[in-house]
Amino acid sequence: MGLAVGAYGLSFGVLAVASGMSPLVATLSSLFVLGGGSQFAFVGVLAAGGNPMTGAIGGLLLNVRYVAFGLAIAPHLPAGRLSRRARDAYLIVDESVGLGLAAPPGQVARRFRVIGATVAVTWIGATAIGAYGGQLLGDPEALGLDAAFPAGFLALLAPWLRDRPGQVAALVGTALALLLTPISPPGVPVLAAALGAVVALRVTPSVTSRAAPSPSPSSDPSMGCDPSAAGEAFLDDALQRSGDTGGARR
Amino acid sequence: MILALIVLALGTFAMKALGPVVAAGRELPPLAARLSILLPAALLAALVATQTVGGPDGLTIDARIVGVGAAGLAVALKAPFGVVVLVGAAVTAGIRAIGWG
Repeated sequence: MGLAVGAYGLSFGVLAVASGMSPLVATLSSLFVLGGGSQFAFVGVLAAGGNPMTGAIGGLLLNVRYVAFGLAIAPHLPAGRLSRRARDAYLIVDESVGLGLAAPPGQVARRFRVIGATVAVTWIGATAIGAYGGQLLGDPEALGLDAAFPAGFLALLAPWLRDRPGQVAALVGTALALLLTPISPPGVPVLAAALGAVVALRVTPSVTSRAAPSPSPSSDPSMGCDPSAAGEAFLDDALQRSGDTGGARR
Repeated sequence: MILALIVLALGTFAMKALGPVVAAGRELPPLAARLSILLPAALLAALVATQTVGGPDGLTIDARIVGVGAAGLAVALKAPFGVVVLVGAAVTAGIRAIGWG
């Protein structure tokens, strides 16, 4: 897992610098945000010439799931001083919550903290290496770095494409973004695409995925594929739980 | 850019902190939880689309579409994140090196 996060952080550092961020700011953003997908999205909007604030809003929308993750892990964390709870909150990432919740009862808090700290240190360190090393690279376009962004987003998207609601959200989001691209400023089509998730709410998780066993984090062959893969068990579970409730309500 | 990054950092931390610091023991309404988990699918897909065929004057087809296609193949083959990114960049660079896009 460290390896996957390392490669991801390295790519982020290189691409952040290629899109005009200084290595120091890139590294500090990893320290203070600690949310890979949202940082990637922010830098992607910068690279496309969009308004930074649009990038920040897009990043925040990507991170709304941390509210759900935080509420899910909170009951497993011992009550403590405010500073300690704030530190736990900082360590909330896909991997720490996904793998933490999969731990045997009683070990959830410990595993959550160990994994969260490992991810944080690796992510920040790899960003710094990528960012300072990336300065040495040549012309970003000749190196195809502008295509590295969508390639990375595609890798991040993969876990969602295994279930029907995720597919619908992705499809509607893509359509909205493409329709709006010729007529709106950069970054705006991506924000509007959030409506795709609203449309997908009407789709019940498919039967096949519900019947399929949740991938065990340690044996899942896609583990190294992307950082959100580790959160998949949680993702599947949450999607199905909420899908069940939605179904019952209808 | 710095101000936008501060907004992103503070906003992200606020959302993370809601559970452990403010509302321990509560749950999101199921529909809201589901929406929060589906949002990345819609946004990431839109990012893939706009950054593959988006340009300063609307939609353009260039070398990126080949590179991202190759990256998609790498994703389908369960390649690790770093490999997917490298394939996307390298194929795009290769297409440009032979003079297109």
